[in-house]
Parts: sequence; structure tokens; C-alpha cells
Amino acid sequence: MMELIDSTSSSESPTMTESSVPAISAGDGPLKMTTRNVDVFYGDKQAINDVSIDVTMDNVTAFIGPSGCGKSTFLRCLNRMNDTIPIAKVTGEITLEGEDIYAPKMDVVQLRARVGMVFQKPNPFPKSIYDNIAYGPRIHGLASTKEDLDNIVETSLQRAGLWREVQDRLQDSGTALSGGQQQRLCIARAIAVDPEVILMDEPCSALDPIATAKIEELIHELRGKYAIVIVTHNMQQAARVSQRTAFFHLGTLVEYGVTSDIFTNPTQEKTRDYITGRYG
Amino acid sequence: MTGSILFLLIIVLGGISWFFGRVKASRFSITHTKRGAVHSLPNYHGWYVALWAVGPALLFLVVWNFASPALITDAALASPAAEQLPQDAFAKGSILAEARSIASGQQVRAFNPLSQSMVEPYKTAISYYQTLGAIAAILLAFAGGVYSWLRLKPELRARTKIERITMMALLLASLIATITTVGIFASLIFESARFFSMVSPIDFLFGTEWNPKAVAGPRGETGFGAIPLFWGTVFIGAIIAMIVAIPLGLMSAIYLTQYAAPRFRAWMKPILEVLAGVPTVVYGYFAALTVAPALRDFAVSIGISGASSESALAAGVVMGIMIIPFVSSMADDSIAAVPSAMRDGSLAMGATKSETIKKVLIPAALPGVVGGVLLAVSRAIGETMIVVMAAGLAANMTANPFSSVTTVTTQIVQLLTGDQEFDSPKTLAAFALGLVLFIVTLLLNLIALRVVKKYREAYE
Amino acid sequence: MNSTATFAEERNPTDWQGDAMQKRIRKRYAAERRFKALGLGAIILSAGFLAFLLIVMVGNGLRGFTQTELPVEIDFPAMTGGAAASQFEGANGQANLRTLGVRDIVNTSVQIQYGEEGTELFSAGGWQAVSAAILNNPKIVETKTTLYLPAESEIDVAYKSDGSASAEQKVTELGDKLSTGFNKNFLFNSDATDPMQVGIWGALKGSLITMFITLIIAFPIGVLSALYLEEYAPKNRFTDLIEVSINNLAAVPSIIFGLLGLAVFLNLFGLPRSAALVGGLTLALMTMPVIVISGRNAVKAVPPSIREAALGIGASQMQVVFHHVLPLALPGILTGTIIGMARALGETAPLLMIGMRAFIATPPSGIVEPATVLPVQIFLWSDEVNRGFVEKTSAAIIVLLLFLLTMNALAIYLRNRFETRW
Repeated sequence: MMELIDSTSSSESPTMTESSVPAISAGDGPLKMTTRNVDVFYGDKQAINDVSIDVTMDNVTAFIGPSGCGKSTFLRCLNRMNDTIPIAKVTGEITLEGEDIYAPKMDVVQLRARVGMVFQKPNPFPKSIYDNIAYGPRIHGLASTKEDLDNIVETSLQRAGLWREVQDRLQDSGTALSGGQQQRLCIARAIAVDPEVILMDEPCSALDPIATAKIEELIHELRGKYAIVIVTHNMQQAARVSQRTAFFHLGTLVEYGVTSDIFTNPTQEKTRDYITGRYG
Repeated sequence: MTGSILFLLIIVLGGISWFFGRVKASRFSITHTKRGAVHSLPNYHGWYVALWAVGPALLFLVVWNFASPALITDAALASPAAEQLPQDAFAKGSILAEARSIASGQQVRAFNPLSQSMVEPYKTAISYYQTLGAIAAILLAFAGGVYSWLRLKPELRARTKIERITMMALLLASLIATITTVGIFASLIFESARFFSMVSPIDFLFGTEWNPKAVAGPRGETGFGAIPLFWGTVFIGAIIAMIVAIPLGLMSAIYLTQYAAPRFRAWMKPILEVLAGVPTVVYGYFAALTVAPALRDFAVSIGISGASSESALAAGVVMGIMIIPFVSSMADDSIAAVPSAMRDGSLAMGATKSETIKKVLIPAALPGVVGGVLLAVSRAIGETMIVVMAAGLAANMTANPFSSVTTVTTQIVQLLTGDQEFDSPKTLAAFALGLVLFIVTLLLNLIALRVVKKYREAYE
Repeated sequence: MNSTATFAEERNPTDWQGDAMQKRIRKRYAAERRFKALGLGAIILSAGFLAFLLIVMVGNGLRGFTQTELPVEIDFPAMTGGAAASQFEGANGQANLRTLGVRDIVNTSVQIQYGEEGTELFSAGGWQAVSAAILNNPKIVETKTTLYLPAESEIDVAYKSDGSASAEQKVTELGDKLSTGFNKNFLFNSDATDPMQVGIWGALKGSLITMFITLIIAFPIGVLSALYLEEYAPKNRFTDLIEVSINNLAAVPSIIFGLLGLAVFLNLFGLPRSAALVGGLTLALMTMPVIVISGRNAVKAVPPSIREAALGIGASQMQVVFHHVLPLALPGILTGTIIGMARALGETAPLLMIGMRAFIATPPSGIVEPATVLPVQIFLWSDEVNRGFVEKTSAAIIVLLLFLLTMNALAIYLRNRFETRW
């Protein structure tokens, strides 16, 4: 586990501003998504206050913070899943490849295909494993023939490291798999629509340690192919899987930087308190 | 003295006993000041005395009510007027029955002069036994009250006793439902057995000719083939009504739960539920007055033969409308029971709302929806007034929705209204039909509840 | 778990902006709009049916509250030979009126003004309105008075809407003489053969008596069973049986209850046919499961903390239930009761089985007298051939719906006002 952190800490040091205003950019690698001055309101209540973060292609970005700090809310802004909550209102600018995703001409259906999402609890559809994976390609028309579809299903399952476990029982129900397998199925399902970014909302919180280790390994393998953003409760997990970490507290972004720096040498008092376990 | 006055009197006696019991018991706390010396509050002592006064007296009255008619008849027969009565038991019975109903005021004049002569002895006997019963009941109430009042002691566990009796009352109350179910089953089975002793069950269940009017003799009747009725019931309740109710109910539920703004939903949901609250006789009248003539005119205009002013379609469509809120609320519940993670999962992949609904929510909610539809079918086939008023009486085996068909419930009403003696196979056939209807709806409900329950468990 | 080596060939990146993809997106959105429109259409259609039904009933029914009238001038002093107003005041008024022969007076007056056939223009029972007018204001017998009497049913129909050709012709002939007045008969009379004379009071009274019996039987039994099942019943096969029967009873077709009433109450117990008592008993058995089910939900909603608090200060189980749980659950139970009663009030089929379809010309005055109820009255009138009954049927439906609406509004009010969310 420590090797992971070592390998990332050897990369070039991030740009950090001296002031208490958190750094926006923490990255190397091509920019994938940017957010500027994002506020989120639930009715009258402000859930996110002025958050600016860049997400880069080659890094896994982790959002950490105490529960209720807004990290999941913010994650759901990145593929406009907050649209499903009628009272939620998002202001500020969020871009994907330079396009404003809240612009009227941005198509939310395509956006969500490009920015996939994996949820806290594995949520396979009550369909066969095959149909679970094929669902996305079918609705988006990504496969013109049966062979294409088979191919996509196989590739996605392979990437999610599930192929060898399920290749003989693709017609079994997705809900019959174990929790860890279900979550990998959900990751495969997200991969199947060929996303550019994968958002993971506490993907391991419902899993046992062994299944968690497998998912973490998978995240490690997927890094570089997709920009990955992961919300986690578990600081060790953030340290293990991510190269960039953002610390949220009470709806604001307290600190954003290279993971190893955040964990070993945070610039903010609050971050230090959280990491050393004063509150959380 | 009429029954209700006697009843009130006993209740009043109970009230008085309650008062005296309470008064006596409230003295206990003055004489017995030691903590715990008086077991129960004065109130419970009061109730204890009151129950002793009322309970035995009422129990006696119930028994007396069942026993006294026989005693009254014996007394009336012992009178001199009874000597003129005919020896034939049947004629005698009918005269006695008539005399009795005149004497008790249910009938004004006698058709048989002999009955008139028996009225006076009856009146005497009735008033004699009524007075006897009333006096006995009041004495019992007194005796019970005084006995229990004398028994009141500080250490009497009045509360425990009262609570035990209340417990019995609770248990008895909850038994009523079971007794009713058993009663329904027993009465249907009993009357049906009498029917099937006259008409073979095979002929009844599989015969295709329904014409109970043609019955002539007491044995070997024909015209009790219920297949056309079963077909009519299924055609209207399970086919036409469902063709109307399932799409409308399901789509309404989907729109209200998935698309509608909260305000729209808050208004529309109760409005749709009004559809279920409209009495069926109103639907029946609406079907017969408005829908059926319109459908017949339409059928005639497009040249469909056999169009009748009472049609399966009119009854089925209106029944379907009535069932809409039922299907809608079942679908609503089932869709709401699908975890929102499922919906989010689909939306997060870039599915549109309708794709999510059609490909994820509905398949996931399907068992619940199917269960709901089964319940709706069970309700539709048991529905009576709409079909009585709009479907007609002709036992046709036709798939032409514009023609008239008849249903099980229509025929039950038809067979049991009008004057006929209770032993004729025609009357008893209604119970056999009722038995079939009861069993089918029971099975549908059991299956539906099982399906829905399994489905709920799957997502818990 | 190093599966990278077994990866299938890499996919080409998806061209989201490509023409084919854009076209597909447009199609998907079109499907989305269609689906949404379909949903809205279903709701509008369903609500439209309801609106149509209500409009038809109100449109037909409002006419039932009015009657077509013709003026009749009655020269009381001449006709009665100088009867004094004081004769018709007080206790003997009714009896004196009977000896007066109002019917003949009215018929003669009509014949004077409208010719020999004149009586056929009037509703046969129309003279009763004159009797009522005299009792109401005896002074008129000393004067020459013009009274408005209900016209004959066919003329009534023709004047209000379209009637038979002959009646329409009569309406044209009578012209201005015809007028419309409020139909008091409809609210205060009972069933009759002449649609101009029918009223709903008899049926309404029957309904009220029947509902009263239903309530006093179903409510206590329902509440007690709900309490037993929620608070005391041990979990065993026996209580399972009770539970199954209650759920099952709630779904049994109402007509089956009618069969039960016929077989048990009428034939086994020998209770009188057509009586409100039997109707009430039958409907009580039907309503009870509704009350039990809603009652159980209300009892279940009372939080355990309240029970524990009461038990903690030494209350007995029974005291907990009757002092704390029941009062808190009562609004919920009442709501369920009202809904169940509303259902019973609209019920027709089971009452047909026990003979409550008799022709009831005088309102019942007790629970064992022959009676009918509002829905059955509607059913009976709907079967009448005379066209005058159409509007009366609809008018009776309006009255029934108003009752149901009031009851449901009350239930909703109770729910919103008293239901506590813990």
C-alpha cells in the first residue's frame, strides 16, 4: 500500500497558493473537467459554496471529508445527476473538455454517457449480467450488430476484472452476484458506454475488505484510460488509490493537492485536524 | 314492554350499580391508608359491579329470545281456539306463522280466518312471556348488582378482573372476522350442496346453456350451464375492463410519480381517487344512460350487426374507468418500491427518463404491477351494479363486444330478486354461482398478495 | 487479478457529435416526449371521464329539483261553501281538511279553467300541494287564490327538454302559462309511481338508519379487533388465521355479503326482510375489515416510546392501551371509519339480496320496518320506463354524491388536522 503513495509523491509537486484560498488546479496530465465557483442550493439551503477544482486525465482524484460535507453533492454536479432532485440548483461553471455542461445546448443524456457514475450501493438492474452491460450501448446505439454488442460486453467485463468469473453465466441475474461482483458489474456497466470520466460515489462503503481491495486494484488499472473521481469516507482508501485529494468541509473546499502532500503536510489546520482524527 | 326499553332499563341499572360500587370503593382509601392495601381504583370497582349487573341480565335476554318463541307457540296451542286448527302440519304451521306476525304487529290483516282466531291466544302468550322475561332480567340485574356490591373489599382485584373481561371482549371482537369468513363459506357451501343435489356439478360448471326459466321438474333439470356466465364475466371484467384500466392506470401512475410537478400531483391524485369513490350504482346508471346508447349508435353506424343497447363494451369500459385509480395506486406503490438507486443507475448512464421507466423501472416493478392487476381483476369480476344495469341478461357466448352478455353477479341478482320459494333450484343456483365467485376471487387475492409480498421482500 | 492481458481489441472512441449519433439523440428525445404526452393524456382522459360523468349527472339532475307548474285559480269561498280559516288551524286542521275534499275542489277548478280534459295536464297528486298550502296558511280558504300546481310528467319533461310529440304540442298550446318552480316534493316525499310526486326522503331516512346500525356494530368491533391484533395477539397460527380472514374479507365482492345476509340473517335467524336492521348488519360485516385495517395502521403508528413511558410508571397493559394508544390512534381510526362508511353508503348489491328493494312510499320509522336506501332507490328509478324518472334518478345521484363528498372531505380534514407524524 505504501508503494502507491511513494510512487505518486515522486511526481512533480503541485502548484499551491500560499493563501488560505485552496488551489484550483493540482495537476499534471491533460485537463478533463474544470469547475469554477460552483454553488449548490437545496431550496434555501446552500450545500456547496464556491468550489473550484480541476480534474485531470491521468490522475485519480479523491474527495474526502466528514459526512455531510457536500462531497457527494459536488460529485453529482459533475454529471448533472442533481437534475433529478427538483429543488437542487447549481450555479458557477463546470466544463467537460472546455464545454460548459450546464449550457442549454449541452445534452444531459450524452453528458451522462461521457461522465459515467458508480454508486455507493451496488445497483445492478434486475436483469441478466449480459443485459446489465448491454443496457447502455443499446440505449445509446453504440453497437450496430450482435457481434459488436457481444464484444462491448466482453471488453467491459474484462476491464472491470469480472469476465473470468462470469463468462459462463452471462444470462444469470445481475442481482445474484456477490456484493463486490455487483459493484464491479456496475463499473463494467459504466465502462460499456465508453465514458471519458468515471465518478465513483463511495464505491466500497457497502463492501467487505476483500471486495474493497479488488475494487481498489481495479481503480488502479483503470487510471489513465479514464479520468476517475472517487468520493470516499475512508482516508486510507484515498491515500491508497488517489493521486490528487480534495478535502471538503461544510460545503467548502478546504484544500486540494497531491495526495501525499495532503496526508503528510497539509497546509490547512482543518485538514490536519481531520486527517489526524480530531473530528470526522 | 318493548325490547329496547328493557335494554335501556338494564343499562340504567348498570349505571346505578357503577355509581354505588364506586362510592363504596372510594371509602376504602379512607379506612385503609396503608400503601397497597387497596388493590384497585374505585372506578374499577364501579365497573366490576356494573358488569355483574348488566352481563348476566343481557345474557339471559339473549337466551330467552331464542327460547321464548317455542314456549309462546306451546301456550297458544294449549288455548281453546287451537282446537279448530287443521291436523295437517303444513297448514297448521302457516296459520300459526300468520297469527304470530299479526299478533306482533308485523302484519295488519289475516288472509285466513283461522289465523285471526289464533291472534288473541298469541297476543296473550306473547305478553305473558315477554313480561316474564322482562321481570326475570331485571331481577337478575338486581341480584347481580347487589351480590357483587356486597363482595367489594379493599383487597378485591377488581382491575385484574375487569382487564380479563376486556381482554375477552377484544378477542371476541377479532374473532368476528373469522366467524364471518366461516359463515360465508358455510352458507355458500350448504346452499350449493342443496343445489348440486338437484343439478349435477358437471352440468353446472361445464354446461353451455343458461336458461333457468326453463326449469320444469324437481329433478334432472337442464338450463343451468354456467359457462356463458363465466365467459361474460371474464369478457367484461378481465378483458374489456382491463384493456381500459391497465394502460390508463399505469400511464397515469407513471406520469404522476415520474413527471408531474408536485402541485399537479397533489391535485390530480385525489381527483383520480374520486373515480374509485363514486358508487357503482352511479357508474351503472351512467353506463346504461349515456355510454351504452352511444356505443350502440356507433356500432350501427359502422355496420356491426348484433349491436344491442346493453353491451359488454359499455359495461366493460365503465368498469375499466372505475378500476383506473385502483390499478394506478397499485402501480404507484410498486414503482415507488423500486429502489431509487436503480433509477439513478440508469439515468447516470445517460438513459432518458422514458427509457429508464420502460427498461428498468417497469420490469423491476412488474411483479407488483401484476399483483395489482390480479387484485383489480378480482374486484372487477365481483362488481355487480354496473353489469346488472348495463350488460344485459342474455346468456350469449360471443366475442362481439357490442352484443349483450351476462355475468355471474348479474344472474345472482336476477335469481334472487322477485318472489320464489327458497328451495327451488333457481334460487339455490345463485348460491352456487356465489360459491364459484367467492372461490375465484379468493384465489386471485391470495395469489396477488403472495406475488406482491414476494416482490416487496425482494427490495427490502 | 491481472486481466489486462486478456483485454479484447480496443474500441474506437465514440463520436458523440457525429450525424448518426445526433439523429439518434433526436429520435430518443422524440420518444421521450411521446411517452410523456401519453402519460399526461392518460391522466387527462381519466379525469375527463370523471368530469363527463359529473356533467351528465348534474346536467340531468338539476332539473329534478325543479318542477313545471301551471297556475290554478281556486275560488275557495264558493267551492267550500264558506269554510273558515280557523277550521284548519291547530290540531284538528288535518282532519277537517280531509273532510273538505280538496281533491275535488282542485279538479273542478282545473276543469273550469282548462276544460274537461284539463285534469290530464296536471300531476295526479298535485292537489296535495293545495292541502299543504292551506295548512301552511289557512287564510287562503277565505279568498280566491291562484296556486301553482305541478304539471303532468310528460309535459314537465317536454317543457324542460325534449318530450314526446303530443306533450310538446301541449307545451306549445299552454305557452306562457307554464313556469318552473322549486320541487319541494323531491326532498320531502318518498317513492311514488308518478315521477312528479317522488321524493328521496324515504330512501334517505332508510340510508341514515342503516348507516347508524352499521356504525354502532362495525365501529366497536373494528376498533377492538384492531387493538387486539396490534397490541395483544401472540404470533401464532390462530392469529394468522384471524389476519388472513380480515384481509380476505376486505376483498370479498360485496354481493357475497348479500348472500351471507340472505342465508344467515333472513333464513337462519328469521329477521324481517327489507329491514334496515338486516341491511345495517350486512354492511357492518363488510365495513368492519376496512375499520380493522385502518385501525391497525393507526395503532401501529403510535410510537413504542409512548407505551414504554406509560409502562415505566406502572400502568397495566390495558391502561396503556386505553389511556394512551387508543386516544392517539383515534383520528386515524376515525378517518378509516368514515371512508368505510362512505363505501357502505354507496353500496347497492348486497342490499338487493336481502330485499331492500321494496317500494317504500312511507319513510321507515324503525329498524325492523321495510326500508330502502338511496343507492337502491337510484337503481329502482333507473329501471323506470317513464322519462320523468331520468332526471329524478340523476337528482338522487347528486344527493348521494354530495353526501359522499362531505364524508370524504371530513375524512381528509380529520387526517390533515389530527394526524401526527412521529
